[in-house]
Amino acid sequence: MKNNLFIVVVGCGRVGARLANRLSREGHSVVVIDADEATFNDLSPDFSGFRVDGDATEIAVLKEAKVNEADVLIATTHEDNVNLMVAQVARKIFGVARVLARVFDPKREEVYARLGIETICPTSVAVEMFLRAISDEVSPQGEIQP
Amino acid sequence: MKVLIVGGGRTLYFLCCNFTAKGYEVVIINRNRDECVQLARQLSATVVCGDGSDAGILKDAGAMGADAVLAVTPNDQDNLVICQLASLQFGVARVIALANDPDNAEVFEKLGVSAFSTTRIVGSLIEQRASMEQITNLLPVGEGRVNVTEIVLDAQSPVAGKILKDIDLPENALIAVVIRGDQPIIPRGDNDLLAGDRVVLITLPENHGPVLKAFTGEER
Repeated sequence: MKNNLFIVVVGCGRVGARLANRLSREGHSVVVIDADEATFNDLSPDFSGFRVDGDATEIAVLKEAKVNEADVLIATTHEDNVNLMVAQVARKIFGVARVLARVFDPKREEVYARLGIETICPTSVAVEMFLRAISDEVSPQGEIQP
Repeated sequence: MKVLIVGGGRTLYFLCCNFTAKGYEVVIINRNRDECVQLARQLSATVVCGDGSDAGILKDAGAMGADAVLAVTPNDQDNLVICQLASLQFGVARVIALANDPDNAEVFEKLGVSAFSTTRIVGSLIEQRASMEQITNLLPVGEGRVNVTEIVLDAQSPVAGKILKDIDLPENALIAVVIRGDQPIIPRGDNDLLAGDRVVLITLPENHGPVLKAFTGEER
């Protein structure tokens, strides 16, 4: 990854805030958008990026965050549909090169993969991790074999 | 015709009344259980309780065989995703989303979903009623390559009292409808125009000005 990217993080919840802190610490220019100003308290004191207070499904808010200049946009709000909408708007209207959306519902994830939207599904990831953890523990002893 | 409507409130209720009166088969998807019970009592429509942006719920509501899906929830992001799922996953030919934020109407169109903004429609209706201007641009068609314009003829209009075939209309212009009182008339050459008539014109942008001049007599 290039050293100084302009990255917009949508949603400043647990994931969004941690992500923004890490990216900022790694030297990237970060803008965080959240409709609830109080969530910005979760950003670390050394977070050097900008905060935009607003609803990212409004195009005016995305403009304020200068999404048109962004290299990367990551949509991490707790609402799948918000993430999917913001990701598409960033990709297709603002021409952001790399766009990622968090999508909890695996069914929705499949459809949007077809639309060229890169998604990360915490549900599928967690399932995979659990399965892997179990099989790592179990198979060496050979207790469970199909 | 089978129509699937996702949303709630009075808009949905009256839309649904309208559709069922026309004999359409209507299925409603609403998230609120109490509202679902109300709707099922009041309307002769099938009501499905659930999240309309969930593919499973859309399937239960019969999205597969629907002719049209209308998403009129108060959340733009939901309306977009509902329409995209309906069209991409269930192959619904006609999907229409309400854009609560008027700016999102264009956003949705660019993302391949037909959209309308109530705010914008009501706004333009009010302007139309309130303005003293005789001319109203109704809508641009074909990415603005065709104009549909309504003109109210006054007594000074050079065409008032004339028969259509005697009017010297510039090229590429058509009088589509004449509304006299409450009566719409699709005019032929031997129809006349009177002061007070509302004339709906179809023009191309290049001769829009001259055509308006022919009707109002004024330079624009």
